[in-house]
Amino acid sequence: MIKVKINGQEQSWDGDPDLPLLWFLRDEAGLTGTKFGCGEALCGACTVIVDKQAVRACITSISDVAGRDVTTIEGLHPTGDHPVQKAWRQVNVPQCGYCQAGQIMQAVALLTDNPKPTHDQIREAMAGNICRCGCYQRIETAVHLASTGV
Amino acid sequence: MNIVTDPKTLHEFEKHSIKVEKISRRGILKGLGVAGGLVLAAPLMSRQAFAAYQTGASKMPHGVVVDPRVFVAIAPDGVVTIIAHRAEMGTGVRTSLPLIVAEEMEADWSRVKVKQAHGDEKTFGNQDTDGSRSTRHYLIPMRQIGAAARTMLEETAAKRWSVPASEVKAQNHEVVHAASGRRVGFGELANDAAKLPVPDINGLKLKDPKDFRYLGKGQVSIVDLHDITTGKAHYGIDTRLPGMKYAVIARPPVTGGKLKSFDPADAMKVAGVEKVIEVKGWPWPSKFQPLGGVAVIARNTGAAIKGRAALKVVWDDGANASYDSVAYRKQLEEAARKPGLVVRKEGDAEAALKSADKVVTGEYYIPHLAHVSMEPPVAVANVTGDKVEVWAPVQSPGGTREDLAKTLGIPEDNVTVNVTLLGGGFGRKSKCDFVLEAALLSKAIGAPVKVQWTREDDLHHDFLHTVSVEHIEAGLDKSGKVVAWRHRSAAPSIASTFAPNVKHQAPFELGMGLIDMPFEIANLQCENPEAEAHTRIGWFRSVSNIPKAFAVQSMVGELAAATKRDQKEMLLELIGSPRIVKLDSVKDPWNYGEPYDSYPIDTARLRRVVEVVADQGKWGRSVPKGHGLGIAAHRSFVSYVATIVEASVDDKGKLTVHQVDTAIDCGTYVNPERIQSQIEGAAIMGLSLAKYGEVTFKNGKVEQNNFDTFPVIRMDESPLVTHVHIVPPGPDTPPSGVGEPGVPPFAPALINAIFAATGKRIRSLPIGKQLET
Ligand code: FES
Ligand code: FES
Repeated sequence: MIKVKINGQEQSWDGDPDLPLLWFLRDEAGLTGTKFGCGEALCGACTVIVDKQAVRACITSISDVAGRDVTTIEGLHPTGDHPVQKAWRQVNVPQCGYCQAGQIMQAVALLTDNPKPTHDQIREAMAGNICRCGCYQRIETAVHLASTGV
Repeated sequence: MNIVTDPKTLHEFEKHSIKVEKISRRGILKGLGVAGGLVLAAPLMSRQAFAAYQTGASKMPHGVVVDPRVFVAIAPDGVVTIIAHRAEMGTGVRTSLPLIVAEEMEADWSRVKVKQAHGDEKTFGNQDTDGSRSTRHYLIPMRQIGAAARTMLEETAAKRWSVPASEVKAQNHEVVHAASGRRVGFGELANDAAKLPVPDINGLKLKDPKDFRYLGKGQVSIVDLHDITTGKAHYGIDTRLPGMKYAVIARPPVTGGKLKSFDPADAMKVAGVEKVIEVKGWPWPSKFQPLGGVAVIARNTGAAIKGRAALKVVWDDGANASYDSVAYRKQLEEAARKPGLVVRKEGDAEAALKSADKVVTGEYYIPHLAHVSMEPPVAVANVTGDKVEVWAPVQSPGGTREDLAKTLGIPEDNVTVNVTLLGGGFGRKSKCDFVLEAALLSKAIGAPVKVQWTREDDLHHDFLHTVSVEHIEAGLDKSGKVVAWRHRSAAPSIASTFAPNVKHQAPFELGMGLIDMPFEIANLQCENPEAEAHTRIGWFRSVSNIPKAFAVQSMVGELAAATKRDQKEMLLELIGSPRIVKLDSVKDPWNYGEPYDSYPIDTARLRRVVEVVADQGKWGRSVPKGHGLGIAAHRSFVSYVATIVEASVDDKGKLTVHQVDTAIDCGTYVNPERIQSQIEGAAIMGLSLAKYGEVTFKNGKVEQNNFDTFPVIRMDESPLVTHVHIVPPGPDTPPSGVGEPGVPPFAPALINAIFAATGKRIRSLPIGKQLET
C-alpha cells in the first residue's frame, strides 16, 4: 500500500506501483486540474509540486512520491488567490487555458526558488512548459508581476 | 488601437474584469429551456438577419437562428443566461458572442451567466467553429437577439406603467422611465416579457455604437479565466462518469492500412487492464470515420497505455506503404515545374515571361504540419440502448452529432453532444474521429468509455496540413517593373480525405492565396498541377494560406533584392493602386464563403495595414549589426494583416526574433484584447512552423513521435516582444476573421528578415539547421 499526501490529504494506492502520478491524480483521485500533454516530460502540462520542487507527474511514478507532499493546482490556494494565480488573471494570460495549470505550478516553483527572477531566468525556467496557443509574452509578464507583488 | 501587454497597463483590466463566480446560481435554466424566464408562446423562428451587409452565414449548414427565446433567459433574480453556441478553443468566442447579446440588451455583464450549447444545429443554427467566422457571421444576429430581448423588456415595463414604450429605456439591467424616475429590474419583468411575441427582427432598433459599454473596448476578461487558473475548467479530458473505463487504441500506422491479427495475452497481464477488443475501421478515404485498430480498456489511462505497449499487433499496410516524404517532394517539384491546370489568367504571362528583361524564379517548399493542440484528441461516450451521449472537445458539435447518428445507425434525436472546453483546436478538432471511436467502444462494452489519444497517436494519425511546392516566376521589364507573374501550386488536397482520386486542389484551397493574389500585374497566370494524397489531409489554422503567403511574400523579398529596392516599397508597388480586385478569369472564385460585395479584395485596406505596421513598427529603423527587418502582408479570412519581424542570426547560426509588429484590419471588432492575444499567439505558431514544423513519412509511417521530434517554440525562443496594432474600422465595415489570419504573413516576414540580416534566402521550410553553415 502506497501512501501519499495530496493537497494535505492522505491518499493510498494498492495498484501498480509504477502507475504515473499523473494518471493516479486524474483518474483515481479525480484531481483533473493537472493535465496530460506528452507523457514524456516534454511539455510541462502535468507539472505538480512535490516538496517545493516542480515535478512532471507523467514520468513520476506513484511509488516515487510515497510519503511525500504533492501539491496540485487544486491545492495551491483555497480560493484560487495565490499571487501567481492573481497575476495570471490580471494579465489575461490564457487562450485555451489547457497548459496553464502546469505553467502556474512551474511559476510557483520558480518563485519559491528565486523570488526575483530576471527576464532571462524566467524565459529559461519556463522553457519546459509548452503553450501551443502561444501565450508566452503574457506568461512572462505575469511571472514578473507575481514576483513584484500583485 | 494598440494594447500593450506590459504589467502596468494590464492592471487596468483587473479593475474592469468580471467576477462571474460571484453570480447567484438561483433561478437557473432547466436544460436549455427556461425556468421562470423569457418563455414565449407563439412559435416564431426568425432566420433572416437584416444587416447593412450580407454574410455567408445563411449558406452554412442549418444557417442562422435569430431568436431570443433560444439564446437568452432571464431568471426572477435578474441573472441573465446567454447561450454560447460556438466552441471555445482559445479565441475567446464563448465570451465574445454572449457579450454582444448583453451589450445590445443592456444587461450588466457581471450578472450574466454563459451556458454552453450542446450540439443541435436545428435549434441554434450552424455551430462549426472554424474558418475564423464566428464574429463575422454573428455580430449582427447576436445584436438582433439582444435588441429583441431589450425591446420586449421595455414594452413590458411601459405597459406596467401605462406609458408609451418610447418613453422608457433599458439601462444596465433595468428599465427606466426618466420622466417619472421609475425603474424596474430585468428579473421582475422577465415573466411578463416572456408573454409578449418576439418583435420582428427587421424592425428592431439597434444601439448606437457610441453608446457601447463593452463592444470594442477590450476590458472584459474571458468567462473561464478564474476556472482556468484554479484547475476547475472542464476540458474534454476532464469528463468522469460513474463506471467509466479508460481506453487507448493501437491504430494502423499507415493511412489505409488494416488490422491483420493481434495477440492480447501480454496486454491482459498488465495490472488494471480489463479488456482488449478490435475497433472497426473504415476504408480510406472515409472523411472522419475511425481508422480502426485494437483498443486496450483499463481502469485508468496509465494502465491502458502500458497495456497497449505490451500488445502484439500485425498490420496490413495497404496502398500507402511506400509513401516517402523525400521521394514525394521530388514528385511535387517536378509537377510544379511543368504546366498545370490554369485557374486564373490575365493577359499573357507566357509571352511576357519570354520577352521579360529579367526573370526571377523562386520555388518554395512547406512540409506537412501537425496541429499538436495541447490537449490531444479525447472523448467520453456513453451508449445506452439506441441512445448515445458524448462529452467532447469538438469544433463541430453539429457535424459530430450527425456523424455519431450515422455511425451508430440511430436517429439524430437520440444523440447528445456535450461540448467541453477545447485545449486548443487549430482545425484538428473539426474532425470527430476520436468521438466516434469512443461511441463504438462504449457500445461494444456496455459502459461509458473515455478514449485518450497520446501525443504519439496525435502525431501519427493527424489530419495533417498539406505538403506543397509553390513555384513562382516573375518577369521584369528594363525599368524593374514586374510585368509577368506565374504561380504554380502543387499540393495534395483536403478533398482527398472525402473522396478517392482527387488530383486537384479544391476552390477553397485555391482561394487561399493563389487565385486571390492581389498584385496589380498585367500578365498573370495561376496553375494547379496534379498531386495525390497518401495520408489524411485536413485543415490547419489558416490552411492553404500558409504555403501560398510564404511563397508570394518571399518572392516580394526576392524581387526587392533583385531590383535593389526597399521591401516595403516593392510590396506596395506590387499591390498597386487602391482598387477592388476583379477575378473575372477565375471559374469558381471562393471568397471564404462570403459574398464578394460585402467582402471584396480591397487593395486600399491591404496597403493600409502595410502603412500602419511600417509606421507603428518603425520600418526602416536602424538595427544592430547582424539584425535584419522583414515585412509581409496577406489577406485571409477576409481580414488584412501585415507583419514586420526583426531577427538576427549569430555566428553559430542561432536565430533570435527580437521584435514582431503586426497590424490587423479585421473590420468592426468585439474584443480587441482577444484580437491581441490571437495575434501574439499567431507569431508563436508562425515561428514554430517556420523554424521546426515538419512531419515526414517513411514506408508510409510518420517519423515524428512527440515534442522531441516535432518541436514547437518554447518560451526561451519566443519573440522578445510582439506588438499588435489594430487598425480602426471604417463606419459599418463588416467584421472579418481573427483566429487564423495572423499566421500566414509571419513566416515570410521572418524569412525576409533573415535575408536582410544574413543575405541567405530560405526557400524550404522548416529552417531547421539551414542557418548553421
Ligand atoms: S504530460 Fe508531463 S511533461 Fe508533458
Ligand atoms: S493556453 Fe492553450 S496551450 Fe497554453
